[in-house]
Amino acid sequence: MSKIALILLKTLTWICCLIPLAILVQGSITNNLGPDPTAQIEFATGHTALNLLVISLAITPLRQLWSRLSWLIKFRRLFGLFAIFYASIHLLAYVGLYAYFDPHTILDDIAKRRFITVGVAAWLLLVPLAITSTTGWIRRLGGKRWNQLHKLVYIAVCLGLLHYWWQVKSGVLTPLWITLIMAALFLARPILTWWKKQKGRTAQAA
Amino acid sequence: MLIRKPSPLTGSDIPSSEITPKEKWLNRRSFLAGAVATSATALVAGEIGNLIAPPTKVHAAGKLQTVKSPLTTTGEELTSFQDITHYNNFYEFGVNKSDPAQNAGALPTRPWAIKISGLVKTPKTFDIDDLLKLRPLEDRTYRFRCVEAWSMVIPWVGYSFSELIKQVEPLSSAKYVEFTSYFNAKIEKWWPESTIQWPYKEGLRMDEAMNPLTLLTLGLYDDVLPNQDGAPVRIIVPWKYGFKSAKSIVGIKFVDKQPATTWNDMAANEYGFYSNVNPNVDHPRWSQKTERVIGKPFYAQRRNTLLFNGYGDFVASMYNGMDLRKYY
Repeated sequence: MSKIALILLKTLTWICCLIPLAILVQGSITNNLGPDPTAQIEFATGHTALNLLVISLAITPLRQLWSRLSWLIKFRRLFGLFAIFYASIHLLAYVGLYAYFDPHTILDDIAKRRFITVGVAAWLLLVPLAITSTTGWIRRLGGKRWNQLHKLVYIAVCLGLLHYWWQVKSGVLTPLWITLIMAALFLARPILTWWKKQKGRTAQAA
Repeated sequence: MLIRKPSPLTGSDIPSSEITPKEKWLNRRSFLAGAVATSATALVAGEIGNLIAPPTKVHAAGKLQTVKSPLTTTGEELTSFQDITHYNNFYEFGVNKSDPAQNAGALPTRPWAIKISGLVKTPKTFDIDDLLKLRPLEDRTYRFRCVEAWSMVIPWVGYSFSELIKQVEPLSSAKYVEFTSYFNAKIEKWWPESTIQWPYKEGLRMDEAMNPLTLLTLGLYDDVLPNQDGAPVRIIVPWKYGFKSAKSIVGIKFVDKQPATTWNDMAANEYGFYSNVNPNVDHPRWSQKTERVIGKPFYAQRRNTLLFNGYGDFVASMYNGMDLRKYY
C-alpha cells in the first residue's frame, strides 16, 4: 500500500468515525434527534462504540484469512480509540442526562442495576487499553506483555454485549445480530490458527 | 355532563375527498444532510440516518366528529401528531419505535369485530361501526406514561369503557376483564423479533375497568385511530404504564380470576399486574421518579413523574389499604 493511499484511507476512516458524532451534534443543535433525543444520544453512542469494537476485532481474522490485507493492522488502533471515545460519550450522557450529575444516583445505579454495573466495568477495562495504545507504551511493555494486556478487550466486549442484552426489554432480540457477529469473530481466531497449521502440514507432506 | 350531538359522524361516513391533508399536523423537519453522509453513517451507526429525514407515514382513514369531555386533562402541551404516530411500541410490527409507522399499514382494520364473552348476561359481538356510533365520541386528552420512562400528552377520542360494559351486563361473579389483541402471524410478520407469546393479552380489575377514566379509544387528534397506535379500537388506562392499554382489541372476556397478561408473563418482577404509575417504585433497571417528555430537546426532556400519573383524585381510592410496593 502506497503512502498516499494510506493517508487517504486514514482520512476517510477519521471522517467515517466522526460522522455519528457530527449527526448527534447537528441534531442536538437543531433539535432534530427524533422524538426521544436523550434515548437517541444514549443508543447511538453505545451502538457506535460496539460497532467500532466489532470492526477492530475483525481486523486480525481478516489478515489471517487474506495476507494481502495485512496493512489493515495500521487501522486497528484508530478503531479501538474511536470505540472508547464513543463509549466515553455514552457514559457521560448517562451521567448528565440520566443521573443528572448526582453521585448518589450514579453509585446507587452501579450497585443496584446490573446492566449499568457491567457497562461501567466494560468502560473501565477499555481505559488502560487506550492509555497503552501508543507506540511508546508498546515499547515500554514489550510486545508480549502488551498483547496479554490487550486481551482485556475480549472481556470488555463480552461485558458490553451483556450490558446491551440486560438493557433491552426481556424477550427483545435486537442485540442478537451483533452478538452473533462478535461470536463469529471470537471463533474465527482459533479456527483460522488451526486451519493454517493444517495447511502448513499438508504443504510439508507434499 | 355530556351533550349528545345528532348522529355523530364516523370515519366511514366521510368521503375520502373531504379528509384533511395529514401534512397539516406533521412537524416539518429539515431534510438537510446528503445521501453521502447517510450511507457512510449506516456503516458505523445503523439507524441514525433516519433522524435526518424522519419518515412520515400515517395509516388512518378519516376525521371524527367529537364533543368536549369534562374528563379531559388541561394545562398540558400536546405531543405532536408526528411523534404520537412515529414513536410506538407495537412489537407485532417490529421492536423498534419507528417500525410500527413503517409496517402497521398491513393491519386490516375493516371489517373488525370485538367479541365480548365470559361472565356476562348478554354476550355480544360488536362491529367497529357500531362502536363508533354507540356513544358520542369525546375528545379526551390524557397524559401517557410508558414504563420505559418516557411520556406524551395525547388527545384521544373515545368514550368511557363502562358504557360498553353496561351493554353486556356483567354478572356479579365477574371480577376481572381480559383484553385480547389482534394477532395474525402472516400479517404481523415482525412478531419473531421478540420471544413474546402472542396474541397480546392485558387485564384490569372490574372496578378499574368501570372507572370513568378508562377510555374505549377509537381515535386521536379528532382522527380515526392510526394503525400504529392500535387501530381500530384500543383501551387507554391513563393512570397505568402504557403497556396496560392493549391495542387493536378483538376480544374482551369477563372472568372471575386475575387473568394472565403478556408482560407480566415475560418478566413478573419488572411488570406487575397493576402497574400503576408510581414514582416511588423503581423498575428494577431504572428509576421511575422522572420521565423524558417526547418531542422536547434533550436538555429539557426531564420532568417529575406523578403518582397515578396525576390522576389520583379519580383512582387512588380504588387502592386504599393496598401496599403499592407489593402490588406494583
